[in-house]
Amino acid sequence: MEPSATLDTRQHPARLLIAGDWTLAHYTSLKRDSERLRDQYDADTIADLSKLGRLDTAGASLLAELLGAERLSHCTDELPEASRALLKTVYGSVQDYCIPIKEAEQPVLLQLLARIGCAVDTLWQDTRQLLGFVGLILATLATRLLQPHKWRVTPVVAHIEQTGLDAAPIVALLTFLVGAVVAFLGATVLADFGATVFTVDLVAFSFLREFAVLLTAILMAGRTASAFTAQLGSMKANEEIDAIRTLGLNPIELLVVPRVLALLIALPLLTFVAMVCGIVGGAVVCALSLDIPPAMFLSLLQSDIGVQHFLVGLLKAPFFAFLIAAIGCLEGFKVSGSAESVGAHTTSAVVQSIFVVIVLDAVAALFFMEMGW
Amino acid sequence: MSGTREAVIEARGLCNRFGSQSVHENLDLDLYRGEILAVVGGSGSGKSVLLRSIVGLRRPNEGRVKVFGQDLATLNDDQRSQVERRFGVLFQKGALFSSLTVTENVALPLIEHAGLSRADAEHLAGVKLALAGLPISAADKYPASLSGGMIKRAALARALALDPDILFLDEPTAGLDPIGAAAFDQLILTLRDALGLSVFLITHDLDTLYTITDRVAVLSQKRVLVAGPLAEVERTDDPWIHEYFHGPRGRAAEQAAASAGQEH
Repeated sequence: MEPSATLDTRQHPARLLIAGDWTLAHYTSLKRDSERLRDQYDADTIADLSKLGRLDTAGASLLAELLGAERLSHCTDELPEASRALLKTVYGSVQDYCIPIKEAEQPVLLQLLARIGCAVDTLWQDTRQLLGFVGLILATLATRLLQPHKWRVTPVVAHIEQTGLDAAPIVALLTFLVGAVVAFLGATVLADFGATVFTVDLVAFSFLREFAVLLTAILMAGRTASAFTAQLGSMKANEEIDAIRTLGLNPIELLVVPRVLALLIALPLLTFVAMVCGIVGGAVVCALSLDIPPAMFLSLLQSDIGVQHFLVGLLKAPFFAFLIAAIGCLEGFKVSGSAESVGAHTTSAVVQSIFVVIVLDAVAALFFMEMGW
Repeated sequence: MSGTREAVIEARGLCNRFGSQSVHENLDLDLYRGEILAVVGGSGSGKSVLLRSIVGLRRPNEGRVKVFGQDLATLNDDQRSQVERRFGVLFQKGALFSSLTVTENVALPLIEHAGLSRADAEHLAGVKLALAGLPISAADKYPASLSGGMIKRAALARALALDPDILFLDEPTAGLDPIGAAAFDQLILTLRDALGLSVFLITHDLDTLYTITDRVAVLSQKRVLVAGPLAEVERTDDPWIHEYFHGPRGRAAEQAAASAGQEH
């Protein structure tokens, strides 16, 4: 039956007729009716519930709001016992319950300034936290290095497998392709000067000094920093990190140090793989389209490229590794319980570590250039 | 009463296996309209797995489950969603959406399924939260900042959002203080009486068993060992059941329920 609430003013006192099924399906129309009626009837009005059909919690809450306590207690006698109990329960619970008033919004300009201020403050706090965290890791590492019987070899090896071995194919493929692309680019530009043979130097220099370590570090930032954040973040959300603390263990030593050590070992190894694959990619292009056979490529490599370029590239790897692992773990510790927070901090870990890697690489390039290495 | 009862859930010949480990073998269970059925069993006896099989979150390896006379596995997505709308499920850990506030959690099904406007839905969500006994100050909080008991209440409010026909409760009173647990029991009784709910209740709480259940099903040895009114189940000749109901806790709960019954 179609539900309704109508006010019959012909009689005195006026009667409020409630009829039909007051259920969730009719909630919107019933709510409109009852809001319209609420201002129209006075204290003397009698409610008539005799035609009321089915009733659920949604309908009961509307009725309770429409009629109020006193009237409800008078007019429910003819209702079935079950509906009366429901009305009473709902009324009892909504009585002192109202949706809290939301605070008024501030002007847009003020909000804008507040957000800028917030962002600057966050940047400062993040930097401070990261520096503090790096110090904490270094201190823990230093104390543990002196106690070989307390080294945790198994987790380190497991993390090397996850972060290093499992990533090797993708690193190899990616750098091979970039090596080929760089060789093509070099060939195109250098051909105008009749100096295509210098493509060998271009590929070797760029990969040994910059590309291998930078590409690998960016890949690790996307692959490993995010994994570390998600792992530690869900442990944090599940109170596992608190459990580690209450067991008298040190989460830095148990969770962070193995990950940092693993990446410290894995990233230089991957960098070496990346160097080899990038140069091989260049060599393949040289052999196929520039008429520089592999034997000549190798001899040019030996005669033109000093070992210091290889060392310059490899020297950067441990620094990148340390920062990527530290940022990944720190963001994991910052997670605060919700699924959304895990996502936000994972994103932040990837963005921060890529940013730090590129900035550090630029600074290093300047430094090495000034030193003439 | 027994001859005319309509079964809203019929599980027949249910088998659930995880690899080589078998949890249920040939399990039969009925839930009748308007009853509160408690499912009890030792830890790891597959109570939660049974619940998941019934609501369709897990496809049983063998056997079938009919809900309102329909086999969920054979329905298409639309029909299935129609049936699922008539379920209210309270998960063991609450399973509130952690990125929504408590009010938004309850309002979500109201907006999606009942087609209410956001304001109406949030208003009604407030009513449901009040009904479940959640203090008003918690309405705008995120689940991460609630206590265990408050999460249970908020999850109940969400389960009740669409005024379901069948309410599935997985250990609803675990983690509540005794006063809260008693109020929770009473609330479920009231709702059952007023709305004609059928309640499928997994519990370890003996007080709940003695206060509100119509029937008790004992899950043991991979099947429903016995299902019936509490008095009947208690008399069953099985060492586990005997230990369960006549152990120190069982006796205490029985006495408490008996003395409470005399006072009324």
